[in-house]
Amino acid sequence: MAQPQAKQTTLEARLGAMALPEGGLWATAAREAALTRVQVMGLPDRRDEYWKFTRPESLVQVEAPHAALFLNDDEPDSFADVDRLKLVFVDGVFDAEASDDLTLEGVRIDRLGMATKSDIHWARDLYGVLEEKGQTPVARPLAALNTAYATDGVLIHVTGRPSKPINLVYVHKSEVSDAILHHVIKLDPETEVTLLENGPAAARFNKVMEVDVAEGARFHHIRTQGRDHERRAATHIFARLGAQSLFKSFTLTANGVMTRNECVIELLGDDAVAHVAGAAMGDGDFHQDDTVFVTHDAQRCESRQVFKKVLRNGATGVFQGKILVKPGAQKTDGYQISQALLLDEDSQFLAKPELEIYADDVACSHGSTSGAIDEDALYYLRARGIPRTIATDLLTLSFLAEAVEEIEDEGLREDINSQLAAWLERRRR
Amino acid sequence: MLEIKNLHVDLEEEDKTILKGVNLTVEAGTVHAIMGPNGSGKSTLSYVLSGRDGYTVTDGSATLAGVDLLDMEPEERAAAGLFLAFQYPVEIPGVGNMTFLRTAVNAQRKARGEEEMSAAEFLKVVREKAKTLQIDADMLKRPVNVGFSGGEKKRNEILQMAMLEPKMCILDETDSGLDVDAMKLVSDGVNALRDAGRAFLVITHYQRLLDHIKPDVVHIMYDGRIIKTGGPELALEVEQNGYADILAEVA
Repeated sequence: MAQPQAKQTTLEARLGAMALPEGGLWATAAREAALTRVQVMGLPDRRDEYWKFTRPESLVQVEAPHAALFLNDDEPDSFADVDRLKLVFVDGVFDAEASDDLTLEGVRIDRLGMATKSDIHWARDLYGVLEEKGQTPVARPLAALNTAYATDGVLIHVTGRPSKPINLVYVHKSEVSDAILHHVIKLDPETEVTLLENGPAAARFNKVMEVDVAEGARFHHIRTQGRDHERRAATHIFARLGAQSLFKSFTLTANGVMTRNECVIELLGDDAVAHVAGAAMGDGDFHQDDTVFVTHDAQRCESRQVFKKVLRNGATGVFQGKILVKPGAQKTDGYQISQALLLDEDSQFLAKPELEIYADDVACSHGSTSGAIDEDALYYLRARGIPRTIATDLLTLSFLAEAVEEIEDEGLREDINSQLAAWLERRRR
Repeated sequence: MLEIKNLHVDLEEEDKTILKGVNLTVEAGTVHAIMGPNGSGKSTLSYVLSGRDGYTVTDGSATLAGVDLLDMEPEERAAAGLFLAFQYPVEIPGVGNMTFLRTAVNAQRKARGEEEMSAAEFLKVVREKAKTLQIDADMLKRPVNVGFSGGEKKRNEILQMAMLEPKMCILDETDSGLDVDAMKLVSDGVNALRDAGRAFLVITHYQRLLDHIKPDVVHIMYDGRIIKTGGPELALEVEQNGYADILAEVA
């Protein structure tokens, strides 16, 4: 527990302001273990290798920084036209009134707040377990903090193939809310589910999602982190994949003064596939960070990381992506691309692609670029009568397309595309 | 329709003069062809007229139906009725061909203060025009020019021309990279657009294209100037004897 003094002070201040929630046997054990992890690791600061590009102060300070509410009454919510099961959280608290009934064939949904009161629950084997595993080799203290203090969230046990997606909607109503949500999703073998997430959630949002994808199961995840300018978020996904399973996650981020999205994926069964993608549009006071860690620990698995960021007016984008291929993970097919489109000279993109390979029969490729708009393409569009601003937007959509195309379902892909186009169009006005 | 007077143009990057006094008048309803050896300034002329960055006009003027072209942004020139069919159409991944076409058509209409075309009306018109150019539904759906063959790209240029209905069409080496059948298809597309109110300027190296798109006037360009102007027979002369005779004659 030998933390530098500054780190120790930050940690004590933060933990001193919180109380470990009460719960049943399993929950208390998980929370106490997580608290110990946080105490050992300390909270992130700028000296930490994985926090060099993103200032963690606002995410670790005692009180959530004030965030003015953003009224997006000029646009429909994400997924508004999608037939879905809607679960609503307001500033991190489940809102039963606004939510649909929790019953849906093929899944069992419990609220974390209820489940932790009982002494036994299936989530015991996963809650904080995948998070803990994801702490090595890179520490993720904000996730352990989440496991220790989360009082709400959903536990979804997928036993079949539900007919519609489950949509977690995060509403931001208080300018000082500090929300912690922890979700656990367990997919039985050969099952399939789509999880949608949208909304700013709170002034400051700390979210962990642990996903256990059993053999042959398929998990689709699509989320939008929308136009709320002043919100801050630190999110983690921890996923474990069994043989022949599929995990696909796509995130659209627009605005937000601070977003750190971490995704930690372990491919543990042969022939599993994991794709994680992100499209970000930042304008002005915007800092968005994708930190991804994919571990290949089985044979013939495929992983793809596709991250695209469009930045202007001094916006900052960060990508830290790693592919770790363990000994014996032969025939691994790993791919990683991170690209930024810088619309002016004030914006910046900071990228740290990493490959670490201990098997000798693998194919791993990676690339990272940052560039300006393609002048030839811009001229071509303008020569057809399309004004510069609209042409720039079209090329922006074009640039983001490789990430958006990672969404398998055509309807959901179109939903994201039309949202993107609408955001760009509104910006022009 | 198009009136170019004493046009002098420098290439900014290399500080080099490319056009050294081009004079050219293309009347409505006519087809003019420009031929000339490599590096004579043919493509530069098309870029300068359409408003590409990187060129400085040091002298002279260019007007379209009496309106000064050189002061306008590229999109304004397009809305005023100028169209350039590119020698190398640009690939734009992630933007559907239909979206691109409709955006272009409506942007031009809006700029001219006309009513935008509805989705249904647009679809009807585009399908009709695509059919005659043998452009199938798949090509319309695919991202702009991505994965298109050379011939498909050029057909796509002509489709854009047909949809935008410009007054003045400049075709920059539209025949390059085309096989015989594709050239016929593209030429038929162009000929279908010939109209008393529309003019064409066809830039080409080869007489072959002019067998299909019959010009009224042929110009020979060399070292940044039009050095000779004649009828269709001038193209035949170039085809048979090359440029040497013509160059010797004017020297």
